[in-house]
Amino acid sequence: MDVMPILSTLRRNKVGAMLVALQIALTLAVIANAGSVILRHWTDMSRPSGLDEANIFSMSNQWVGQPADLSARTEADMAALRALPGVVDADATNSFPLSGWTWWGGANLKHNQATPSASSNIYVDTDHGLAAQGLKLVAGRWFTAAEVSEFKPSEMKSSPSVVITAALANRLFPHGQALGRSVYVTGEDPERVVGIVEQATSGSGTGMEYVDFSTFVPGHYMSTQLLYVVRTKPGEQQVVMRAARRRLLELSRMRIVGDPEPFSASRTRQFAVAAATSWLLATVCILMLVITACGTVGLTMLWVAQRRRQIGTRRALGARRIDILRYFHTENLLISAVGALVGIAAGLGANIWLTRHLAMTRVSPGHIVVGALVVLCLSQLAVLWPALRATRVPPSLAARGL
Amino acid sequence: MLGYYIDLAFRSLRRNVALTVLMVAVIGFGIGASMTVLTTLRALALDPIPGKSSQLFVPLINAGRPLPDTLTYGDAMALMKTHQALRQTPMYGGSLVVAAADRVPFPVGARAAYKDFFRMFEVPFRSGRPWSDADDNDATNVVVVSANLADRLFPHADAVGKTINLSGHEYRIVGVTAAWNPVPRFYDLGFGTGLDGAEDVFLPFSTAVNSQMERPGPTRCSIQRNFRQETYATIDCYWIQFWVELPTAAAARDYKAFLYNFAAQHQLPGRLTRPLRVALPDLRTWLAGQIALPDTLRVSGIVAFGFLVVCLFNAAGLMLARFSARAGELGVRRALGASRWDICLQCVVETAVVGLPAGLVGLALTVAGLASQRALHMIAGSAAAVGRVTSLDGGMMLNTLVLAICATVCSALYPVWRASRVQPAWQLKTQ
Repeated sequence: MDVMPILSTLRRNKVGAMLVALQIALTLAVIANAGSVILRHWTDMSRPSGLDEANIFSMSNQWVGQPADLSARTEADMAALRALPGVVDADATNSFPLSGWTWWGGANLKHNQATPSASSNIYVDTDHGLAAQGLKLVAGRWFTAAEVSEFKPSEMKSSPSVVITAALANRLFPHGQALGRSVYVTGEDPERVVGIVEQATSGSGTGMEYVDFSTFVPGHYMSTQLLYVVRTKPGEQQVVMRAARRRLLELSRMRIVGDPEPFSASRTRQFAVAAATSWLLATVCILMLVITACGTVGLTMLWVAQRRRQIGTRRALGARRIDILRYFHTENLLISAVGALVGIAAGLGANIWLTRHLAMTRVSPGHIVVGALVVLCLSQLAVLWPALRATRVPPSLAARGL
Repeated sequence: MLGYYIDLAFRSLRRNVALTVLMVAVIGFGIGASMTVLTTLRALALDPIPGKSSQLFVPLINAGRPLPDTLTYGDAMALMKTHQALRQTPMYGGSLVVAAADRVPFPVGARAAYKDFFRMFEVPFRSGRPWSDADDNDATNVVVVSANLADRLFPHADAVGKTINLSGHEYRIVGVTAAWNPVPRFYDLGFGTGLDGAEDVFLPFSTAVNSQMERPGPTRCSIQRNFRQETYATIDCYWIQFWVELPTAAAARDYKAFLYNFAAQHQLPGRLTRPLRVALPDLRTWLAGQIALPDTLRVSGIVAFGFLVVCLFNAAGLMLARFSARAGELGVRRALGASRWDICLQCVVETAVVGLPAGLVGLALTVAGLASQRALHMIAGSAAAVGRVTSLDGGMMLNTLVLAICATVCSALYPVWRASRVQPAWQLKTQ
């Protein structure tokens, strides 16, 4: 197919062609950037937490007043929960991965380090923490009962031992064995790494760079507000959830027990904004593609109407229907290819500006090219119907009105 | 003549219903998407305390980078003692449990602050008054409660003078605030965008520290910290919010100079080995730095306006199609003596007639979009007070319609100009 006649036609009709090209360019620039946001949220949302997600639920517990026997009360609650049929283990903690509460601090290799080596989420757990959360230990061990003492949030102190995630271990000790080494996370004295867990993801709050960096510290967390984490046997969560809250209120009514929340609900809540934003952006992107396609259909229809006589003449001179079809498709390909190139440049340019001024992720050139191909295919599809109508222009039209 | 043009416009729009519907939908979608985001952005960018926001500042002292947005307890107390600003208060938010003999205990949001808090942030009172300086100094058990909580606890009487049990301590109520619910809660955005609204209980800072009121859930510590194992209040950890009121620009300048001196004097041995940094952002600057989530919202804003522009390009294309198809009719009018200006006016009227229903569609979509935004915030856990952020007032509705018509007419500028250049003679010849 010779493109020269197409180009000379386009020269006569610059504005219409420019409108289509600009539309395609803008659409591509916007969907590339929106797509990168969606992709980032999707990556965050699909990251496993490292916990036995299917069988865990949690309840918040807040005591009324400042009970002097806080430790004993929490122990009694835990004993009662662990005794419930169907419960694997239970623990009282300050927070757990994806719970929505984050507590974080610097993880250092030296005392009083000027710049922290990494930032870590901090979870205070007892010796039951491993089983209650279903964390996977890849090296070393979890805390023993002897290591667990009272941990007051107001008196931050060093623990004799800590368990860290594999990701944090790699960051702190890139060349070697993390097990048995000393770190400084909660206090001024060295804390020995006694175990490494495969994964524990915080989800948000610390910047995604640190999302997989977590430190578990042994302790009975001394606060009137605690999270109770309960792990059940498969399939028994519903029954245990109902029983657990009732059992706690039997022990004491002078407290506020939150509704038991399955882990999946914590996860949903944690990512609610991300999910909603993704859906919103996805909807806008799809609408944009649809509207761009509609615009292409509309303008091509116009051009077909304007060139009926020209088409008739070509048909009379021997052009086949497929030639007419190919003409419109080639014309559209030329216009949208220019639009796509401009769009790729604009999209990447806008992305550089956005990453500099707003918390925005980089668009990868590979993704934007895929986006450009999708837009090209879509506009080829959009041309199909008007072009088919053009093929039905009778050759006899050429003879009329001359 | 205008009436005739409107009549003509309706006739021509009826002639090609599919194209008309497409145009209305395209512009409507563009308007709906951009107005939804614009309304939300506008609500978040609203001056939370008009006339006062340029007088409220947040002093920050640290050696860290980036500068934490809070102070240590030690620095906050030392700064408080200097009384250099017209008004000043350190503060922090927490949660307390209301216990009464005849009801199930329930949690309330609490804010620990000095008495200046109420004047600084212009908190209206329904009855009673803020506590006194003496209460601040002696850590008396007094509280100011919200109208909401007062009505819940004492539905038939004035709450002032009554006693309330909060997390095991008895407090005397000295004041009840009138309805006051700044959204966003600009003085402390908390974990999200500060859409939770104001707290229900306010108590003296010293009292809260004495009774060990905890911050909600686990404490957040900044990375830069250096613990000494002392008591709750002296942890060298950044967690106290500090606000000062400086009525004039000169006062703000002086205060910043003072802050440098203060920081230099308080350079404790061993604690701050690196050069100190000082900042004194005003309320709006501080707020702009604090709002983290709306970065996504700003990206959505850009996406929404990109969408609007695409929609308008599209509408321009469709308009071009419409006017070109009617070149013959316009040519006849020109031949019969209509001026170029008449043709322009006729075409503008026709596009405005499309713009109005497009605006209505846009308005409906905006309402739907805002409802989804509300739902989003509900899920995210800040159910209270989102209504104000995401409600559409009369002004905004008018703006939507005006924007729709302006946008439509703008997109029609080129097509209209093209239509007015129709050559009457040529058109007549081809017919």
